[in-house]
Formats: sequence, C-alpha cells, structure tokens
Amino acid sequence: MKVARAHPLWLAYILHRASGIALALFLPLHFWVLSLALIDAARLDSFLTLTELPMVKLAEFGLVFLLAVHMFGGLRLLAMEWLPWTAPQKTWAVAAVAGSLFISGTFFLQAI
Amino acid sequence: MLDFRLYMAQRLSALVMAPFVIVHIGVMIYAIQGGLTAAEILGRTQGSLFWFLFYGMFVVAVSIHAAIGLRVILFEWAGLKGTVLSVVAWAIGLILFAMGANAVWAVTA
Repeated sequence: MKVARAHPLWLAYILHRASGIALALFLPLHFWVLSLALIDAARLDSFLTLTELPMVKLAEFGLVFLLAVHMFGGLRLLAMEWLPWTAPQKTWAVAAVAGSLFISGTFFLQAI
Repeated sequence: MLDFRLYMAQRLSALVMAPFVIVHIGVMIYAIQGGLTAAEILGRTQGSLFWFLFYGMFVVAVSIHAAIGLRVILFEWAGLKGTVLSVVAWAIGLILFAMGANAVWAVTA
C-alpha cells in the first residue's frame, strides 16, 4: 500500500495520532503528580515550583497545544463521519467554531 | 482491528470529553495566573461535588478513549493482535483509570 504522505489529510491523520500518543504517555505522570496531594502535599508544592521554569512553561504550552489540536482534530473526524455535509462545509463549520471559541475565550479570560 | 462496539465507545467517549477539554483548558489558563500552588488547587477542588463529578467522568472517558486509541495503534504499528492485544488494551485502560481515580480522590476528597 502506497502511503500518501504528500496529502494534507495525511498530516491531519499523523498529527491526531501523534498528539494522542503523547497525551496518553503524559497522563500517568499527570495523575501521579496530582495524587501527591493525598500522600505528601509539601512534595506536590515543591513539584509545582518547577512550573516557574521557562523550559517547563514551554512544555506546558506544548501539552495544551496537543490537547487542543487533538480535540479539534477529533471534532473534525466526527463531523466527517457522522454529518452528511460536504467536506468544505465541514471545514468552514470547524473553522467557525474554533474562531468563535478563540474570541469568546479571550474575552472570558480577561473578564475573570 | 476495531469492532463496532469499540468504535462507538471511542466516538462517544470523545463526544463526552469535548466540553470537558474546553473547560479544562479554560481552568488551566485561569489557574496559572500568578503561579500554581497546592493550596490554591486544593482550595478550589477539595470537598467540591462538582469538580469530583467533572474530573471523575473525565477520567472514566479518557481511560476508555486512550485504551481504544492505543489498541488501534498497537495493532497497526506493533502488530499485536488477538488475546494479547485485548489484554494490553484492558491493562492500559485499567491502569489509567486507577491512577486517574486516585488523583481525583486526592484533590477532591
């Protein structure tokens, strides 16, 4: 089977898969750190001071990006599979939702 | 290597999580303002039935979703199949659920 790597949809597929794998690998660490609250709150606090490091902030940015791109990629996939629309209609619908969410989210985060 | 039930569980767990993910990202952006501390996180979550149910359902959905997603990848890329594939996928799901439930309990109880 020839793999159509030049096709944009291959990029969408591999981005969804890679972000999914990365998030799944991150989850055990995420859960373990939070569970420190139960056994050793001081240790959780010392762990949280790491979040002041620029490198960690960059990594957090990467994780939030992976989560967001996996969610929007997944919504795109669900729309493709379940909604009887044409492909361009779905693209515009996803773009509209993403744009609206970005604008209202920016407003909300300033408001709180 | 995905029968209809697994396919539906994967899609439904994704639908359940979409609003959770949006709220989770919003809470993260809000919570990191001025730095993160254990006291701040616990002050928000401890004793809260809302956050217990929110994160509890999130953990259930993500355990199902990640186990089925990795099951597909292990079949396609690592060549696992049959009983081995099922056992590995179940183990991934159960471990994620156990660790996630422990984390939810740690911050909300």
